[in-house]
Amino acid sequence: MTNQEIITQTNEALVQEFELEGLELKPESLLYEDLGLDSLDSVDMVILFEQSFDIKIGKDPDILAIKTLNDLHNYVLGKVNARKSA
Amino acid sequence: MQKRRVVITGTGAVSPFGKGAERMLAALGSGQNGVTRLPEPAYAGDNAPQVAGVIRDVDISDIPRKHRRCMSPMSGYTFLAAREALEQADLPEDTITGGRLGLSIGSTVGSIGEFEAVFQEYLPAHSMDKVKSMMFFKLMSHSVAANVSQALGVSGRVLAAASACSSGLQSIGLGYEAVAYGMQDYMLCGGADEYHPLFSATFDIMAAASRGYNDAPERTPRPFDRDRDGVVCAEGAGLVLLETPESARERGAEILGEITGFATIGDHTSMTSPDPQLVRRCMQEALDTAALAPSDIDYINAHATGTLLGDAAESQGIAALFGDNVPVSGLKGYMGHTMAASGALETIACLHMLREGFLLPTLNLENIAEECSGVRHLTTPEIKDVTHILKNSFAFGGINCSLILRRNHD
Repeated sequence: MTNQEIITQTNEALVQEFELEGLELKPESLLYEDLGLDSLDSVDMVILFEQSFDIKIGKDPDILAIKTLNDLHNYVLGKVNARKSA
Repeated sequence: MQKRRVVITGTGAVSPFGKGAERMLAALGSGQNGVTRLPEPAYAGDNAPQVAGVIRDVDISDIPRKHRRCMSPMSGYTFLAAREALEQADLPEDTITGGRLGLSIGSTVGSIGEFEAVFQEYLPAHSMDKVKSMMFFKLMSHSVAANVSQALGVSGRVLAAASACSSGLQSIGLGYEAVAYGMQDYMLCGGADEYHPLFSATFDIMAAASRGYNDAPERTPRPFDRDRDGVVCAEGAGLVLLETPESARERGAEILGEITGFATIGDHTSMTSPDPQLVRRCMQEALDTAALAPSDIDYINAHATGTLLGDAAESQGIAALFGDNVPVSGLKGYMGHTMAASGALETIACLHMLREGFLLPTLNLENIAEECSGVRHLTTPEIKDVTHILKNSFAFGGINCSLILRRNHD
């Protein structure tokens, strides 16, 4: 899976899980302010991506730094690529 | 403490007949039965119950995701009922959110379907890794009341009685007391439940579920009938909006009826078998709160689930207090036992009967059982000028409730 495919799948999972149809997903989009997500969604986002990409996130403190869609993409890419190289 | 008068100015319903109180009332008036055969029996076993009153084609997807994500079906249905009741009463937004409106909405349990989903994820390895946070908000005992509060922005009191099949009527009674004694100016009250096969299975363990009409669902349940064989579980949501007649008049809201009395007592004699004397006492206490005599009651809307013991005890309690003069019917033959919703949905039907001056008969009552005799059972519709109705709900655990409704005279 290429990085672009991972980004595309991340966006598709977000749109489906959080009903974001019609919103423009830009890298600089803020998850809370622009996409309307909140802390409860963040909790469930962990499970969403763990299942979508077979990765382990758990209570990784790095997720607290995720603010934008680009932050999220980079985080997921890092986890998926780490799994592939493990 | 000064007791204020309490009237009803809004109703909302989702029932096995669909969305809206009007749809339910039309179905009741035409004698329809909303019970259907399910694709599968309630559990694996010989002749397990396979009939229920389930809701079909009611869409909750227009509820904003922020609120819907925490809602199991029963919370969604109740939110639709809340919107219907508040629109009918034309309650202003600032009244809904400003603290003058409270909620009293019960369900028998949280979402069993959601419990099942959680345990399917949890039990194999005792892991919570796949359990989403939203699940908790669907299975907690006050899920319906909490969800409606969040979605409407209610900041008055939020009560959530979990008193099994009395939850709906008890919630209305608690709301009535809150308005009558000045704790809230408006209360949105009632109950809701969503069907899960475990409801039928649980009643069946106690030999109280209907299982003899799996091939003829329209013939069950059969309250008070010689051939009744138990409860048919169903789902629904019913709400009424309560306020004082003064506030209703100020707003120009139509008064649909008045609540003049309520009683709820514990039947300590049995978890499952009501004591006729305590059925009688509950009704007597409700009459006392309304300062009425038994002869003032024009019609009794019975709990009447179609069980062997419950119907007999209720009949005997009614006969002891009212004799055989007052017309009696139960409405579960039309749509099954909607559990916590039943007390509220049946109250909405009672309001309709008060206003229209006709009484619905007990559907599927063809041969009155000997042990249910001694009261005047309605087996056909009756046109009657009705001023006072007494409505009963009873529940496992010995929770008796009686509510008294009066036709509006203002």
